[in-house]
Amino acid sequence: MKISENWLREWVNPNISSDDLVAQITLAGLEVDEVTPVASEFSGVVVGEIISADPHPNADKLQVCKVSDGSEEFQVVCGAPNARAGIKIPFAKIGAVLDGDFKIKKAKLRQVESFGMLCSASELGVSEDNDGIMELPESATTGEDFRVYLDLNDQIIDVDLTPNRSDCLSVAGLAREVGVLNQVDLTPVAVAPVEATIDDVFPVNVLAVEQCPRYLGRVIRGVNVSAETPLWMVEKLRRSGIRSIDPVVDITNYVMLELGQPMHAFDLANLSESVVVRMAEKDEKITLLDGQNISLREDTMVIADENTPLAIAGVMGGEGSGVNTETQDVFLESAFFTPLALAGKARSYGLHTDASHRYERGVDATLQEQAIERATALLLEIVGGQAGPVTHAVNEGALPEAAVVTLRRKKLDQYLAVSIDKDLVTDILTRLDLEMIEVTDEFWKTKAPSHRFDIAIEADLIEEVARIYGYDNLPSSMPEAAVNFTAISESKTPIQQLRSVLVAQGYQEAVTYSFIDPKLSKQFLPEIEPVPLANPISADMGVMRPSLLPGLVKAYLHNQNRQQSRVRLFETGRRFIGSVEALDELDQQKQIAGLIAGSRDSEAWYHNSEKVDFYDVKAHVESLFALNDGVTPSYKRSECEFLHPGRSADIFVDGEFVGLMGELHPQLTKDLGSNQPLYVFDIALDAVLSATLPEYKAVSRFPEVRRDLALLVDRSVPVSELERVIAASAGDAFKSVLVFDVYQGQGIDETQKSVALGLTWQLTSHTLSDEEVNNSVEQAVTALSEQLGAVVRG
Amino acid sequence: MENLKQILADALDAVASSESESALDDVRVHYLGKKGALTALLKQLGNVSAEDRPKFGQLVNEAKKQVQDKITERKAGLAKAALNAKLATETIDISLSGKGQEVGGLHPVTRTMDRIESFFRGIGFDVASGPEIEDDYHNFEALNIPAHHPARAMQDTFYFNPTTVLRTHTSPVQVRTMETSQPPIRIICPGRVYRCDSDQTHTPMFHQVEGLLIDENISFADLKGILQQFLNVFFEDDLKVRFRPSYFPFTEPSIEVDIMRTNSKGEESWLEVLGCGMVHPKVLEMSGIDPEKYTGFAFGMGVERFAMLRYKVDDLRMFFENDLRFLKQFK
Repeated sequence: MKISENWLREWVNPNISSDDLVAQITLAGLEVDEVTPVASEFSGVVVGEIISADPHPNADKLQVCKVSDGSEEFQVVCGAPNARAGIKIPFAKIGAVLDGDFKIKKAKLRQVESFGMLCSASELGVSEDNDGIMELPESATTGEDFRVYLDLNDQIIDVDLTPNRSDCLSVAGLAREVGVLNQVDLTPVAVAPVEATIDDVFPVNVLAVEQCPRYLGRVIRGVNVSAETPLWMVEKLRRSGIRSIDPVVDITNYVMLELGQPMHAFDLANLSESVVVRMAEKDEKITLLDGQNISLREDTMVIADENTPLAIAGVMGGEGSGVNTETQDVFLESAFFTPLALAGKARSYGLHTDASHRYERGVDATLQEQAIERATALLLEIVGGQAGPVTHAVNEGALPEAAVVTLRRKKLDQYLAVSIDKDLVTDILTRLDLEMIEVTDEFWKTKAPSHRFDIAIEADLIEEVARIYGYDNLPSSMPEAAVNFTAISESKTPIQQLRSVLVAQGYQEAVTYSFIDPKLSKQFLPEIEPVPLANPISADMGVMRPSLLPGLVKAYLHNQNRQQSRVRLFETGRRFIGSVEALDELDQQKQIAGLIAGSRDSEAWYHNSEKVDFYDVKAHVESLFALNDGVTPSYKRSECEFLHPGRSADIFVDGEFVGLMGELHPQLTKDLGSNQPLYVFDIALDAVLSATLPEYKAVSRFPEVRRDLALLVDRSVPVSELERVIAASAGDAFKSVLVFDVYQGQGIDETQKSVALGLTWQLTSHTLSDEEVNNSVEQAVTALSEQLGAVVRG
Repeated sequence: MENLKQILADALDAVASSESESALDDVRVHYLGKKGALTALLKQLGNVSAEDRPKFGQLVNEAKKQVQDKITERKAGLAKAALNAKLATETIDISLSGKGQEVGGLHPVTRTMDRIESFFRGIGFDVASGPEIEDDYHNFEALNIPAHHPARAMQDTFYFNPTTVLRTHTSPVQVRTMETSQPPIRIICPGRVYRCDSDQTHTPMFHQVEGLLIDENISFADLKGILQQFLNVFFEDDLKVRFRPSYFPFTEPSIEVDIMRTNSKGEESWLEVLGCGMVHPKVLEMSGIDPEKYTGFAFGMGVERFAMLRYKVDDLRMFFENDLRFLKQFK
């Protein structure tokens, strides 16, 4: 909420500087966002009067004016078309300084001398209005300093109020708070009931009695809507960011800013029979003031007459029922709508108004009478007319009750870790207008004032005491809590270790958005229906990612387009598969995924331009699993549609699918615009985080024996099969097998490949004899031959 | 006797002037071998008078030992020189880069999150996590934000349907923890959160670390103490910190914490860095914790903001572009 500091000081004027005031409000929880001057920096401008305006002898668009500053007359050349004799205008005399540093000097325009400048509103920073020179009311005193005249030595304080403090959405409310903080009395504007001078009433029929516990109406006849809103009011409105519309609307806005009560004025001539406050009928139509056509819902309260809705209650008036240039009689509304009845309503129609902002946060339920009297008085003063008596429609039962809240000494001390003096607590609460029902050494039993409808429980009072006492004045300590010993698990690998392993292999960690383009999702996973957002920020961020890979590929492309061809990226995060209709079953699993492309090593002097391939990405995957002792992944050829069918693998742990890796399908790679193959992996994080505790096995004192085998086997037989058969057949002393060469090509049947294996045996009990080893080799060779058709190469 | 002196001198000269292992061998044979000059002297022992014989024998043996030592020494010297000469030919340009993988790096957000986590782990907090697609109850209702509460407008929410949202904060993890455990509770909840907002200073996804401490007798003073310490530790600085009243539906009293920053011109200004407060009694109650017995505090901070302050990043959007030229700056 924006408010003029001078206006605030009319209500409460503590003896502190503007800066201190702003800091004080902020530290009381009413955060000041911004403080801005109400006009640009200028001096030497006075109220001037144009005595005469004659055409410039040498220029069509200029006039030569005689301007009075009250004591002297000056010749001023002016280009504004609205410059004419008789009007009063801001007059920057010779020596004036505009906009901080623009000095007005004697000038010659097309051979005519000019002594000063007539100013537009925008030149003085008091309005955006740049439409000619600013015209002042006749009542302005010629010669008066313009800053004094418009009270421009003022600033706009923009307070960013939290939703619980709607009581401060007015000058009165803010002043109340400043009064409490400074222990200064308020000087509120006097509001006296305006005696009815006519008997006219207009019937009010409240049907929505729960939602609208209080509705006050008043007829005012014979208003003059062509009257001008006084400049002081226009200025105050402007400083609160509200444009002047017409005097009646201006007055309702003014009262809202001053007291916090939203109001509305209808043209009585447009009301038929009675005002009805009711819930809308389904699909009932209304055209709002801003021209929008709205189809209403049944949960929406309207102000209607016998025929048709006239306004969405507490939100916005309708077109055609408001005050217009023909209006003679006005029906004034000052109502209390419950926050619950208005909550979310404006937003649901895409609306947000000053009224709805206040009503849904809460308006003081006792304020309506004071507001209607204040508005009536201002109306009679500014547009004239005769006021009828106020019509009251009140449902006492639905009005909010003042909360009775007890603050216990024990709780207060415990919460704040300090014992604040009893009298000081009483004083703080009393200053906040809380009624002391009973005060003892143990408790304060209080009743909240009607404007502090946010106070409902003990913690609210603790907060109030703490706030006024000052958060910075409260003590600070470290909690006295028992030291918390928890077992340090080794059956879970810290995620930091996984990241380190990848970082050590040249990966940069990426963070990509969890929502991706549905088209991209389909390109990867045509079978999966990704979870769509109802209100995405943009279409290309429309669905939750079913995999981390599309995001990583996008990140790759970003870098490819910036001449980065060697890329290694990984990311950890959730992927989303399923339906929000079955939220408990929705898969939001954490994954670790990576992408590599380009050369294996960075380009360097030792001629290492080899490109990465499947076995690089596999090594990286293996390095992740290697952190988890006892977890052995197995690999099967993958049928994943976004991977190269011949260069991809599904990863299993204990027979369970945990992820995949391989080359991205060349067609997809091409479609996405990558200029080189991309290798990826995507694994359930849990699968690479669950380790088993390492357990020592005795190290043999006896030598190990190695025998090498060169085998010829059908190309389609995976080497892992050879390894499996060897492990199963090479005897109890068999320790391990390593593959040290794989060859296919010249010199070998084209259906076959040659695999060279090194087998190792070792026992902890004795040194193996040649015979023992030879037997084992023979068993293995036989098994390989029988099971896989492998023959030892001659 | 004179002869011995002469032979010894000759032998030592020969050793010193030998330039190879084989030359040294020749010298050894010539003087110390079976027919060597010194060995020959011993053979002449019989010619020496009986009284001089032990003395002469001792002198010859000493001379032999001296020659043998010199030969050994000279051999080692020659080997060393040969090795040095060989190594000299193997000299390489040590200024060239090493071979192999250049090391990557962590994302600054992770790095920051790890820093935050390590502080709180150090004082006994556990790390908890939870789903990102959340139900309305855990994201709002259980945090004292009923439907249509104006506070909902403070958080622009991504919806899937009217009751399912992308979590707007990691607070639902706190709720889930409170639902399943009793105090003492000490957790932090790091993770991704989402708000339907995108401009210079907002990204629709960002990271938060929230924390929760519930026990008997936890006070506002504890909250102030821990957070002040945290900020000092995180920024490695004795920071000026300000605790300012604010409002969150799930805490009461609610607090925003500002730190004093000094810009390059030396101008000081307050900058909000985290929100916190004493857990609202209703929130405790809704999750099955007795607010009469227990109190607690909760806090939350935006990881990107901390990362920006810490690493002087001035463009929030850089965090999500994954530009290697940006990422590689955080090693």
